[in-house]
Amino acid sequence: MLHIVNKSPFQNDSFISCMAHAAESSTVLLIEDGVFAALKGSNVADHLSKAKVIALQSDVSARGIDANLAEGVELVDYAGFVDLVADNESVQSWV
Amino acid sequence: MKFSIQVNEGPYQHQSADSAYNFVKAALEKGHEIFRVFFYHDGVNNGTRLASPPQDDRNVQQRWSDLAKEHELDLVICVAAAQRRGIVDDGEAERNGKDATNIMDGFRISGLGQLIEAGIQADRLVVFGD
Repeated sequence: MLHIVNKSPFQNDSFISCMAHAAESSTVLLIEDGVFAALKGSNVADHLSKAKVIALQSDVSARGIDANLAEGVELVDYAGFVDLVADNESVQSWV
Repeated sequence: MKFSIQVNEGPYQHQSADSAYNFVKAALEKGHEIFRVFFYHDGVNNGTRLASPPQDDRNVQQRWSDLAKEHELDLVICVAAAQRRGIVDDGEAERNGKDATNIMDGFRISGLGQLIEAGIQADRLVVFGD
């Protein structure tokens, strides 16, 4: 299953709720302000290990945090985003 | 694969109006089919033709329209959300006694049933917005 989070974890609890529900086999895609959840050393960084976490490259770069990402966070472009949606039978946006 | 898209936010206010467009464009480039894009809540503001953004900025409404023309996309605006926000086509102008229309080429106004159908007919429904 693919979970999509578009809110900063410092704005509301979408990311925390998502990680609490996501199975270990799930993939969590961070887009828009959601990419802030991928920051290294933040107070939500512990949650990153609960599932596979991927961030949208363009939104990471737009926020200038390329060099500050936690280890293990992968990056995709929009084509990769499309592949993730196609490869996962269900997709949930944590809007 | 067949995708449907739901857009809940307006242009120039929330990034999801851009995210949805970029996703649809990337999906089409990969050869996927877009069954329908459904504009809901403030997302209906993506379908006005009267916006005039600065020339050095993206024109969010126009580029949806251009993409729809190029790929014969079905861009559907929720009627109840449109009535609240003043997005008007010929039918709505007549029904509600309005003196003008403002719907962009390539968009049409219809009901929530179109969103349900989009969810049923497509392999994936991806939601953008708050």
